[in-house]
Amino acid sequence: MAEVIKLQTPLTDEDVMKLKAGDIVSLSGVIYTGRDAAHKRLVECLDRNEPMPIDVKGQAIYYVGPAPAKPGKPIGSCGPTTSYRMDPYTPTMLAEGMKAMIGKGPRSKEVVDAMLEHKGVYLAAIGGAAAVIAKAVKSCEVITYEDLGAEAIHKLEVEDFICFVAIDAQGDNLYETGKLPYMHE
Amino acid sequence: MRELQAGVITDAIEKLCMDAAYNLPEDVKKALAAGKDNEQSPAGKYILEQVCDNYVVAAEEEVALCQDTGTALFIIEMGQELVVTGGGLVDAINEGVRRGYTNGYLRKSMVAEPIFERVNTKDNTPAVIHYEIVEGDGLKITLLPKGGGAENCCACKMLRPADGLAGVMDFVVDTVRQAGGKPCPPVVVGVGVGGTSDYAAYLSKKALNREIGVHNANPNYEKMEIELLERVNNLGIGPQGLGGVNTALAVNVEYFPCHIASLPVFVTLNCHSQRHKSVEL
Repeated sequence: MAEVIKLQTPLTDEDVMKLKAGDIVSLSGVIYTGRDAAHKRLVECLDRNEPMPIDVKGQAIYYVGPAPAKPGKPIGSCGPTTSYRMDPYTPTMLAEGMKAMIGKGPRSKEVVDAMLEHKGVYLAAIGGAAAVIAKAVKSCEVITYEDLGAEAIHKLEVEDFICFVAIDAQGDNLYETGKLPYMHE
Repeated sequence: MRELQAGVITDAIEKLCMDAAYNLPEDVKKALAAGKDNEQSPAGKYILEQVCDNYVVAAEEEVALCQDTGTALFIIEMGQELVVTGGGLVDAINEGVRRGYTNGYLRKSMVAEPIFERVNTKDNTPAVIHYEIVEGDGLKITLLPKGGGAENCCACKMLRPADGLAGVMDFVVDTVRQAGGKPCPPVVVGVGVGGTSDYAAYLSKKALNREIGVHNANPNYEKMEIELLERVNNLGIGPQGLGGVNTALAVNVEYFPCHIASLPVFVTLNCHSQRHKSVEL
């Protein structure tokens, strides 16, 4: 394993720009959750010229709908969901100052272009390692959209949440280059 | 005729939902551990190590392997000499799902209607249920908790008979290529060939139920499965789509007779959290 880069939220442009596709990061601090339904509502706020209920400036949004917490635990299993479903909303979120997205799977060209423009980074967490990831979550509270259940926006405090830099702010994309050494067609 | 109380079915399904969500089948664990050992990509190796740790933690702590505990997809094989008493079979199944997902701290992922409202039913019901009426008086219940990310990568193609083996093989490989990192590779690929489009879809789900490493009894299909697995793994997609030699753990093909004009193919992808559990009552 390569060297692990420590990253503390909230993130600055400088934090983001030093990350390169393929780097491994250990993320600590506060992050916010959001999936399809929450993104739709956030972006609809802006369409109505209303402020969003959370300030995303410098923040990392984790695409996750956690399983319910068992008694005595802060959260249930909580691995990433597939990110492309959030692609339609992502350029707007980046324009609002969001710095990092945590999910799994490839993104659209529009998202990558917006990452270049607004200096954003896309981190891949390990899909299906949800019970292990839950151990990195120290606290969890619902911030807004409680009616959405697992899809509500939660504020998580994480410690050493391990992710890969999948697409960096220069547009280098591990979903395109990672497979090249192993392709035999 | 044998009688079986609906309540017995509900109790069994409640346990089955939790067991399937917490405990990965032995064959899947073995395949993931082998993948971890032979993975050439350092990132891929690390991912598979985490995935192997994950099935240990989930079983020990009795928590969900993946937060997406899926649509509760059932295959019910019911003997024609069995009568369910004390309530309806469908209600008994859904009550079991309701209790299993609630008491097991599993995520409820079903919305009541797909387009206009999309309001969560809050108990993961209704289940999606396939029925097969078989000889005898037994009841075999198989649960495949089907996660959304991988299910979204399914594909159907109605090929021409002239497209033949090459057409089927290319379509399966293309489907995996198109899916890339989205379905949480290394995946298990279920392929249904023949029947009608809907029946091919069912066969592709049924194919996921087969133990990893066990091939179709028809030697032509066995050869096809082996070649497909090699081609899919040569795509280089790797664990989580970040590159590597483990793109799929298995390709399982099931077939059925079909119309002279048709060659239906349905491909279902399942994530590495290849959950399936059965119980016989």
